[in-house]
Amino acid sequence: MSQITTPHTQPIPLRRLAWWTLAVPVLLLVAYLVTFDQGAISQAGNYLHELMHDGRHLLGVPCH
Amino acid sequence: MVRVLLVRGLLAGLLAGFAAGIFAFLVGEPYVDSAIALEEAVAGDGHHAEELVSRAGQQGGLFLATALYGLALGGLFALAYAFARGRTGPRSDPALAVALAGAGFAAVVLVPFVKYPANPPAVGDPATIGQRTTLYLVAVAIGLLAVAAGAVAHRLAGGAGPRSWLAGGLAFLVPVAVSWAVLPAVDEVAEGFPASLLWNFRLASLGTQVVLWGALGALFAYLSYRAAARAAQPIPV
Repeated sequence: MSQITTPHTQPIPLRRLAWWTLAVPVLLLVAYLVTFDQGAISQAGNYLHELMHDGRHLLGVPCH
Repeated sequence: MVRVLLVRGLLAGLLAGFAAGIFAFLVGEPYVDSAIALEEAVAGDGHHAEELVSRAGQQGGLFLATALYGLALGGLFALAYAFARGRTGPRSDPALAVALAGAGFAAVVLVPFVKYPANPPAVGDPATIGQRTTLYLVAVAIGLLAVAAGAVAHRLAGGAGPRSWLAGGLAFLVPVAVSWAVLPAVDEVAEGFPASLLWNFRLASLGTQVVLWGALGALFAYLSYRAAARAAQPIPV
């Protein structure tokens, strides 16, 4: 079937992927600052929380 | 290779976040405004009285929120894509991008939304925010695990043909349906809150996520096409 016509893609070795999983906590932190932060991590008080208030509601995250 | 994919994901996510922000601003903001007006009418000198950020600021912040959320999502999407590529899912790069976006949307948006739909301002008891946040994250985790279970079952049952799709579908749907039935219900809509406003807000919120994930998948697929076309072309001398 299609496997014959499309070139076989080799999976990226897990060993090489492992290093990049370090980016996961950084990306999750960014998502956290948008969705849940109330100053505990950003040290910006409720400023970020209030600034992104509408986005949080419309992204469907529990807000208040 | 992973770096290329990550940059591709971050770019696609950022643009998808902007697109979602535009949709949310045009479609959702009127309902947010209506809900806030109701909230203030009920509360009198309510908690929105001393405002840290003005309403205009919050409407601008909407774009910051969706763009940052899209950026983070795009990065995570790219890493999931880097893992899946050549291991599971469609062989073609653009098809894998779209399939992964669909699976991600089902896991992270649809599964939680059906149980704990988005709420406009004025809906929700501030005293239960911690509990509701936990339940929401549990629903996201169940969605992700159910999608993974579906993919594994699909593969174990042969990876092609009706039996493997049936196995994959069941492995996804059974835990999701059980969790919907078992997880505690949250109903904090105040007496007299307009049903049409609640409905319209929730649709706008779901639409925002559809735009975000749809644009992410489509843009990632587009960038994959372009990269493949470039690689296929002879290098200009």
